[in-house]
Amino acid sequence: MVQHKEPTPEQIVQQKVYREMGLTDEEFDKVIEILGRKPNYTETGIFSVMWSEHCSYKNSKVVLKRFPTSGPHVLQGPGEGAGIVDIGDNQAVVFKIESHNHPSAIEPYQGAATGVGGIIRDVFSMGARPIALLNSLRFGELNNPKTKYIFENVVAGIAGYGNCMGIPTVGGEIYFDASYEGNPLVNAMCVGLINHDEIQKGVAKGIGNPVIYVGAATGRDGIHGATFASEELSENSEAKRPAVQVGDPFMEKLLLEATLELIASGHVVGIQDMGAAGLTSSSSEMASKAGNGVELDLDLVPQREKGMSAYEMMLSESQERMLVVAKKGKEGEVKKIFDKWGLHSSVIGKVTDDNQLRLLHKGEIVAEIPADKLAEDAPVYCKPSKEAPYYEQYSSIDITASIEEPTDYNSVLQKLLASPTIASKEWVYQQYDYMVRTNTAVIPGSDAAVVAIRGTRKALAMTTDCNGRYVYLDPFVGGAIAVAEAARNVVCSGAEPLAITDNLNFGSPEKPEIFWQFEKAADGISEACRQLNTPVIGGNVSLYNETKGEAIFPTPTIGMVGLIRDIEHITTQEFKKDGDLIFLIGETKAEIGGSEYQKIMTGKIEGRPPQLNLDLEKKIQAFTLKMIQEGLVQSAHDTAEGGLAVALAESCISGKIGAEIQITEDLRTDFSLFSESQSRIILSVSPENAEKIKKMAKQQEVPLKEIGHVKGQELSISHNGNTVISMPITKLAEAWRNAIPTIMSSGLLKKLNMQEISANLP
Amino acid sequence: MNFAVLVFPGSNCDVDMYKAVLDTIEQSVEYVWHLETDLSKYDAILVPGGFSYGDYLRPGAVASLSPVMEQVKIAAEEGKLILGVCNGFQILTEANLLPGALRRNQRLKFHCDFIDLVVENNQTPFTLDYQEGETIRIPIAHGDGNYYCDQETLDELEKNNQIVFRYKGTNPNGSISEIAGVINERGNVLGLMPHPERAVHKWLGTDDGKRMFSSILSYWRKQYGTA
Repeated sequence: MVQHKEPTPEQIVQQKVYREMGLTDEEFDKVIEILGRKPNYTETGIFSVMWSEHCSYKNSKVVLKRFPTSGPHVLQGPGEGAGIVDIGDNQAVVFKIESHNHPSAIEPYQGAATGVGGIIRDVFSMGARPIALLNSLRFGELNNPKTKYIFENVVAGIAGYGNCMGIPTVGGEIYFDASYEGNPLVNAMCVGLINHDEIQKGVAKGIGNPVIYVGAATGRDGIHGATFASEELSENSEAKRPAVQVGDPFMEKLLLEATLELIASGHVVGIQDMGAAGLTSSSSEMASKAGNGVELDLDLVPQREKGMSAYEMMLSESQERMLVVAKKGKEGEVKKIFDKWGLHSSVIGKVTDDNQLRLLHKGEIVAEIPADKLAEDAPVYCKPSKEAPYYEQYSSIDITASIEEPTDYNSVLQKLLASPTIASKEWVYQQYDYMVRTNTAVIPGSDAAVVAIRGTRKALAMTTDCNGRYVYLDPFVGGAIAVAEAARNVVCSGAEPLAITDNLNFGSPEKPEIFWQFEKAADGISEACRQLNTPVIGGNVSLYNETKGEAIFPTPTIGMVGLIRDIEHITTQEFKKDGDLIFLIGETKAEIGGSEYQKIMTGKIEGRPPQLNLDLEKKIQAFTLKMIQEGLVQSAHDTAEGGLAVALAESCISGKIGAEIQITEDLRTDFSLFSESQSRIILSVSPENAEKIKKMAKQQEVPLKEIGHVKGQELSISHNGNTVISMPITKLAEAWRNAIPTIMSSGLLKKLNMQEISANLP
Repeated sequence: MNFAVLVFPGSNCDVDMYKAVLDTIEQSVEYVWHLETDLSKYDAILVPGGFSYGDYLRPGAVASLSPVMEQVKIAAEEGKLILGVCNGFQILTEANLLPGALRRNQRLKFHCDFIDLVVENNQTPFTLDYQEGETIRIPIAHGDGNYYCDQETLDELEKNNQIVFRYKGTNPNGSISEIAGVINERGNVLGLMPHPERAVHKWLGTDDGKRMFSSILSYWRKQYGTA
């Protein structure tokens, strides 16, 4: 490899080299001010990654501050690898969501795989045992080969990494919309379990303590990944493929086991994942959090390639690495543990008292930067915000008039069930090992996944949710709905919502109307979190999700975890038994804006989204949970995309049993069936419990209507006396189940038959 | 009865196997690291699923050369019971303790699901508590479960009644003759792709795997009493 000569500090100033790394002129001036001199090439690189949006949140900080982040159960809020919530009995749940959008756009398999790898490290670096993975994915419409390629490989990448790690991928959500075509979203969430006394933090405490590098060796991959993540995608992005890291889940499995063994040994003072901005962020953040300095000798860093410069080592985002500060004198013990697992562990430096991040390379000091200023003094911007012009325009659209009432409701329902956003995601989750560790009590496909906690009666319900269309149409309401729906899903599974982690995926904050979306959505999330008592304990911001100047739908994905107090309370969406009565909690209004129905009928997303009354939401959730906990409920299902008719069909399909429904209300039939009004839940109940439920609903002023009963093998729905839907469950199931596999297998020349091929081999 | 659950770097169903022994038959069970060179104190050896050595080279290929596998071969010769599930099955075929090989799934994708199996042979130490011809529901989770052997071997397997489990209905991976699990000729080494250790509680979706563990225990008690 030819060694390129690095520009001198003078050249960096004159040729404005820092601009290529993403620093502005003002930011560069601030660097000079902090150092009291011109930075060299390595130092410029270090500042540029630490001050990228991805690492510093410089554009989003002002908004993130508005989130409610505390609560009686919160043990760790935002700021560490992951947030932590108490679940009693000295146990706590650790979770976080993180995006890997840009890498996945360029190299979908590795982009998605390393996204999973990164979030797992965030959780086990806290000392927690990862027990489940979820994800939230967005792709363009599944009608072009490029989108299919990205979809197929993102799913394979998630599967490849999670399966090999032996952590079950238990849930997630996927939407297909044209706005994500050039810029898919890949958000991965990891949930872990920990005892209170085992919680670790990323701090470099104790002057003179050794700083130990563990895990995979450092290579030249992923250099400037954090910077790449903080700019828009363009035609030139393909050339940044080297900024995408390459994952090795086997290495990470070893690192996971070794790290948990190390933490149990008690030799650790602090530990942090080398994620975005690798060695740079882990060392400077650990030093800064402890108010100390760190001195590293880069010659001692395990290296995969020859002749790496200090710049390359500090900016590499090679995967499966951790930085550990151990107790002095325990270096040998640490090494013994990592040797057992066949991993590198190398003392590369020590904690100092001078607050400096000091790097030595080949006997020379190659960087000397105040660690706290680097980690915490990134510029903070309050970008201008301006209401997007479409918002006003959409207020005057009469969407109810834009759709002609259909005549054949059976075919509309079939179409909705076969729309990839609603259709069964079996094709996806069957590629994930959702059962490994044998704690999965509710597998993917229900409202929320449920993972039991061995040795207790407790279980955790978990989900990811966000309807980007609603957020686009009304960022405040859409943001609030994302939280409300996540909570509703968790409640329908029998759990009490605990807290959320959020992944705020937006376009470029440089555009005032995008910043408006961002700000409003965050306000909506905050409001819903306050009302529903689910603080934000961590998350991730992904901005600049644009291609050719077009932003994605604003997509603030919510990851939520809830606590099921007794596994007896676990509830699923499928109808269970012939004769059970079906109730609808909540009210249906003519709310078609942003609905799947609007999309398939008009091809557009416009108007206002469904409205949300948080008082009502709170009430219906509390009621549903109480009914479940009292053992009165057979099944519970949130009505979401596709409205009541789709929710009923889903409960029938998954229960392999039919239902007879009568709806009487003063609404157009199509709106009754397909409106996406919020705060609605379908319950099925044994006839003997029906009176109790009705009485309780009345007492608590919860709107509740009996709409039919579970029966036979057909879904029939009558509206104001007219039978409008009448379909065998098998036919509904076919439409719902075959949609994605059919799309994904079309376009192939011929299906390969391995047996045929091998029979013809010599 | 003493069970060993082998642990290779990258094993990840070791926990599932360990818990299954405790939850179904409440016998003594220990994790055994792949460098162990003495298995004499164990009565049965469980080779769990996962991704030993990251499936590098071929699934099971590297693990089959681990020091502990020499001891597994000795244990097999002594007539001890050896059960390999999923990656464990792959390791046992790579170690030549079982005939055949496991190739990439026909659809070339990892596949996780609950599937139906037919118990073809209930005269083995692992299947005594099942009925012959019975259909049981057991999960699968693998990317390389496509069992293959040459015609001669297949004829042998059929003749000796060594095919213990077959897939019922849709063949999930393209296995030859729908084979899901095979036993060695002597009848003490069983390998199968489906995961009986994941089917031990109703709340996990099925508890049809329980009887594999109870079979092992009843067989062993018949041989050695209740010690």
